[in-house]
Formats: sequence, C-alpha cells, structure tokens
Amino acid sequence: MKTKLPVTIAFLTGLFMAFAYFVERDNVAWVRILYEELNQNNIVLAVFVLFLGVGTLLIRHAKKIRDKNSDSIYSWVVIVSTLAVAYIGLFQTTGESIGANENFQWIFNNFQVPLSATMFSLLAFFVASAAYRAFRARNTEATLLLIAAAIVMIGRVPIGSVISDSLSLTGSFSLPAIAEWILDIPNTAAKRAITIGIGLGMTATAIKIIFGIERTYMGSGK
Amino acid sequence: MIFNFFISSDAFFKADHEVTLIACLLFMGAILYTLSKARRGADLYIRSIPGLDAVNEAIGRATEMGKPILYCPGLSSAADVATLASLNILGRVAQRVANYESRLIVPHRDPIVMTVAKETLKDAYLQAGKPEILNEEDNFFITEDQFGYTAAVNGIMVRERPATVFLQGMFFAESLLLAETGNSIGAIQIAGTDAVHQLPFFVASCDYTLIGEELYAAGAYLSKAPDLMSSLKAADLIKGILWVLIVIGLVLTFVGNASIFEVFGK
Repeated sequence: MKTKLPVTIAFLTGLFMAFAYFVERDNVAWVRILYEELNQNNIVLAVFVLFLGVGTLLIRHAKKIRDKNSDSIYSWVVIVSTLAVAYIGLFQTTGESIGANENFQWIFNNFQVPLSATMFSLLAFFVASAAYRAFRARNTEATLLLIAAAIVMIGRVPIGSVISDSLSLTGSFSLPAIAEWILDIPNTAAKRAITIGIGLGMTATAIKIIFGIERTYMGSGK
Repeated sequence: MIFNFFISSDAFFKADHEVTLIACLLFMGAILYTLSKARRGADLYIRSIPGLDAVNEAIGRATEMGKPILYCPGLSSAADVATLASLNILGRVAQRVANYESRLIVPHRDPIVMTVAKETLKDAYLQAGKPEILNEEDNFFITEDQFGYTAAVNGIMVRERPATVFLQGMFFAESLLLAETGNSIGAIQIAGTDAVHQLPFFVASCDYTLIGEELYAAGAYLSKAPDLMSSLKAADLIKGILWVLIVIGLVLTFVGNASIFEVFGK
C-alpha cells in the first residue's frame, strides 16, 4: 500500500497533466479548474515542506553548538540570523506586502544582495582558471578547441575587424564572419544534437515515472 | 448533450500541438514495445559511459582515503525531470556507498527534494542491507537562495574535503563555482546536467561529465534493470526515425519543397 498509493497518484496526476498540456484549457472548464488546483496545491505543499527544511537546518546547527564543534560560531550566525529575519518578516510586516517592511528590506539590500553579488563575482576568477585548463593544447581536440575559441573571442570584439582589415581578410574570410560561422553552424549543430537527446531523455524519464517503471526516487515503502 | 457539458463548442485539442501529441504516442509505443522485448529476455546492448563506469572507483577511492562523498542533486525543484533523474542516480550511488560503509553528504536547496531524497536514501541503505549506518542528518536543507547555497556547499567542500563529488541535476550560474572548488580540493568529480550552457564549465572542471541524455540514462545504466534499459532502446529507435526525417527534410529542401517545415512547425 505504501508504494501502490504514491505510484497510483503519480500515474493519475502525470497522465492528467500530460492530457491538460494538449487540451485548450480555456474551452474546457473542468480541465482548467483541476489544472489550476493541482498547481495551487504544489505551492501549498512547498510552504509546509519549507518549515520542515528550516527545521532540519536549525536542528543540525543546534547539535553542532551542543557538541562544541570547532566551527560552532558559524552555527550561531545561522541560527541567530534565521530567527531574526523570520521574526522581522513575520511580526513587523504591517501592510499586505513584505516589500513595505523597511527593516526587512534593509536586511535584504545590505546583507543578501552584497553577499550574493560577492559569490557571483567570484565567477570571473573561476572562469579564468577553468579556461586555462580547458585551453591547454594537450591533444588534437584541445588544440581545435583553443583555435576555435581564440577565433570566436577575437571575432566578437572590435579588434577582430581591425585585424581582418589589416590582413586584407574580407567577406566570408574576415575574423567576425568566421566567428559567426563557428557559432551558427558547428556550434548550433552540436547544441541541437544535445537538445534532441535531452528531449528524448526527459520524455522517457517522464513516461517511466508516470507508468511506475522507474520508482527509485520514492523508495520501496518498506 | 453530455459532451457539451464538458466541452464548449470551441476546439478541444490545441491545433498547434498535433505533431507533439503524435510524437509522444509514438514514443510511448516504442517504450512499451522495447519493454515487452526486454521482459522476454532480449539482449539490450548499451554503449559504455565512462562517467558512470567510474562511479565504483570514485566511491572506493573515498572509502580508502577515509573521506566523505558529496552528492549535490542540483538546484532545481522536484518538478524538474533533471532533479528526478538525479534522485534516481542518488539511489544507485547511495546503495554503493552503503556497501562500502562510507559517509554520504547530500545538501539541498529545495526542501521538497530533501524530503524525497530522505526516502530514496532510506531505501538504498535498506536494499544494501545496512539501514543502521544511514546518518539522516547528512541529508539536509541549506537555503533556497542560489548563491547562499553555493557558498554553503563550497564551505562544506573546503572543511570536509570530500574525496568524491557528484554534481548531478539542474545547475545554473553557480555550476563553475561548485566545480572549480571541487577541483581545487582534489576531489574526483562526476558531473551531469541537461543545462546546455553549463556543460562547458563542467567539462573544463570535472573528471567526468554526463552530457544531456546521459543524465537520464544513468539510473538505468547503473541498475542494469531490463525494464529501465528498455526506455534507452526506445529513445534509440526514435532517434533512428528522426534521422530518416532529417534526411527527408534535407532532400526536400534541396529540391525546393518546404512542406515538411509546415508539418513539423506545428
């Protein structure tokens, strides 16, 4: 029963969602209503499970503090900041929207935004180190990659046109035109091949889940 | 009358989804056909995928070094098929980890995925006959914020120094941040995603990368279960049909007939 019920729910819901995709929902009221209901339930479920998630986070860090873990100072930061932001968001919001809560917005603009921006900006350094490794000409494939990347990078910036003009490379033989060709023909062909594979893989996985052939994700119910 | 109760006088099916519907039905038929063949004991050959062949070696290495294994199931929700594919791989990986009695750390961005992963892990350890060694506290939620999650996972990598890192599922701009940190600590990294724009980053920073459809094939490949492998053969069958259609399209285009685009444009 513990397995059969979830499999049955997955089968009925999956089949209905696939059916609803092909139906003109605006013309068929019962499909539209059921479709919207299921999507609403998803949001309600997410809210309940969020409490579970935050609960496990707090318990995990509380245990670290209890066990006097060497990094427990960070656990204090997590617990205090989580509870403080939750308190400000839940109990100091007077209007309909949390956007009107000045304290909450101050925390968001002065903590969340700069911290996220810092993490994102690290990408520039990581791109450099990854590019160095990827573009080392160790074999034929890596050399081809290096040459293609160099042409695309130079061809996409103004200096590419200047170099082409100085070497009297015009029309299809100019660096910008070659860069464009690399992006539009071999690059797009490879991307489309991957996309077709992904489409088939996604559909196969969805069908396997709907028909209960693949059920690893839900456990055996024992 | 009854018909009119359910349906208004306007169109029932979306006219521009006809080809998709036919393709889906064809694919379903192909899966059922290969499934019945597999159940009759037909030999289902699948080409070797180096990234998945390396899973045992990667887990064994972590065990020998006495270090944990980090499994990141991507940053998308459970509604994403890539996340479900990742959870299927997690089940197979966890079973092997349980056999080796190693430690598996699974940090989450989505609490629903965390809840589903909890069941997957429980079942995997049970299948391995070692439910008592599962540490449920190692399957935990961090935050829904993209870069907050990235910072936390990078912190775990630097502090815990896992010998093996799995990055399987849907990733966005943080893919390179995670993969480069894993690379810097010297971990064996097996990545897999269907996010085409993140694939180059994983290829550059990881030891093995499952490209697109390989992510979806991984669960079947690792389990070797005929029922699951049958869908891979069905996908191959459909690829064959697509090949024929592409060639027909090419020939028709060369002779100046564009009617095939009108049909498949739907």
